[in-house]
Amino acid sequence: MKRDRLIGAILLVVALSAISGLALITVFIFREGVPIILRVGAGQFFLSTDWEPSLGHFGILSMIGGSLAVTVGAAVIGVVFSLGLAIVLTQFAPPALAAALKPAIELLAGIPSVVYGFVGVVTLVPLIRHSLGGPGLSVLAASIVLGIMILPTITSIAIDALQAVPRSYVEGSIALGATRWQTVTMVLLRAARSGIVAAVILGMGRAIGETMAVIMVAGNALALPHSLLDPVRTLTSNIALEMGYASGDHRQALFATGVTLFVIITLLNTAALAVSRRRAGRRRVG
Amino acid sequence: MANVKFAFRALGVALAAVLICAGCRKTSGPSVSLLGSTSIQPFAEVLAEQYTKKNPGHFVEVQGGGSTAGLQAAANGLADIGMCSRALTAEETHQFTPILIARDGLAVVVNPKNHVTKLSIGQLRAVFAGRVTNWKDVGGKDGPVRPITREEGSGTRDSFVRLVMGSERISRRALTQESNGAVKELVKGDPAAIGYMSLGLVGKELAAVTVEDAQPTVENVLAGRYTLVRPLLFVTKSATNTAAQSFVDFVLSSEGQGLLETEGLVRAR
Repeated sequence: MKRDRLIGAILLVVALSAISGLALITVFIFREGVPIILRVGAGQFFLSTDWEPSLGHFGILSMIGGSLAVTVGAAVIGVVFSLGLAIVLTQFAPPALAAALKPAIELLAGIPSVVYGFVGVVTLVPLIRHSLGGPGLSVLAASIVLGIMILPTITSIAIDALQAVPRSYVEGSIALGATRWQTVTMVLLRAARSGIVAAVILGMGRAIGETMAVIMVAGNALALPHSLLDPVRTLTSNIALEMGYASGDHRQALFATGVTLFVIITLLNTAALAVSRRRAGRRRVG
Repeated sequence: MANVKFAFRALGVALAAVLICAGCRKTSGPSVSLLGSTSIQPFAEVLAEQYTKKNPGHFVEVQGGGSTAGLQAAANGLADIGMCSRALTAEETHQFTPILIARDGLAVVVNPKNHVTKLSIGQLRAVFAGRVTNWKDVGGKDGPVRPITREEGSGTRDSFVRLVMGSERISRRALTQESNGAVKELVKGDPAAIGYMSLGLVGKELAAVTVEDAQPTVENVLAGRYTLVRPLLFVTKSATNTAAQSFVDFVLSSEGQGLLETEGLVRAR
């Protein structure tokens, strides 16, 4: 018994130290970042597109716009392919094929982001430049690369959500004369809706936090994009591009960019959690 | 109990390994560390290689990070020598001792398919400020201009702004790339692009334009005809150690300077 309690205590300390790391990071970036938001004025900081640190202009609206544009783009691409994959793997593919495909998709998650970026620069960017015009480095290029990067996240959570739908629903639907496809669209997807929404939100959280690949394919221009072919700079790229050099107010403004990112990601994760909680709650009642 | 004993033994082995590694990290000979501008880094590596070949037992460690990072590293002692590819500000000159190791032409590069071969400083400024958006306005074919700039804080960007932009700002629509290599890759693939980089890095796949009627060549930089020139500096805090001093002496010697010249830079004197 005594030894059990000792091991319990040690594990508790380990767990707490990991969480205290998170707490320390939070405190640190807020302490470094918040003062400059207050000094510049929140309205100025969040609503101005004028970012020129050497002149003391700190407005991150273009970066917020850039992050949202590539994240929404990635979510659209990610959702189409991931949902398709999840449906095929759980409903239509023969078990042997599914067993081979699933680890292959999970392998996508293990490819370093710089490799995605490099492949994007070498193949995707020239393709967009030649066939659609513009510089190639664009919202579109970043969305496609990010969409592929978040495939494994969305697919695996969506598969879990689809598999969690009680078998009796599917059997009931088929017994009523629905085709396989009708069962998928009218029963399965509806029953698994909240799980799929949570998967998409988590995927968006990954996309908005991705840095290296985006720096390489997004073009990093400081203006708000007007079309899919315009280059953009995201919040993460802004930090990574300029951190090595920054000092003083500039450095603080980059921490403030980090604070903005932190808040956005926290909101996304909270939303995902809330959605999946609702699902769990409802199932317990039903 | 056996498990606990095993855990302690494993811990002991791990500790010993760490200690041994800490020991082997210490190099026997005198060593110099350099940190800073990614524009100087490749040249510093060439110099370091030759220097260690001539002085066996000496160690030279070269790292990138950017000009401003180099100055910070020199200030707080993280590196013996900071590498800086732009002129120091008045405030910085009080803090550091700059050593001019070479001068570097700043080449304005376009795709070889681009028909524009010469630009004035005024035209360059208009292009990078975003006032000229079509190549036909500066003597080229009808088509969009895509200026490519470097990130805030890069020594190359600072020098370009100082030498070309004057009081104007680089357009917010300009593509921003974080290395000379990335700028090169883009200009190579895009006939509409225009960028700037160290003269020594241009290579054969890009075309460097004539600026104010002077071709960007080492001779023109030496003669003062080509005006987009920036200093490449080693900066130290006032007191340097002997190992660092001996490396600096090598760089400034005729051998070191000759090496830099064959790599495409312009002699300090």
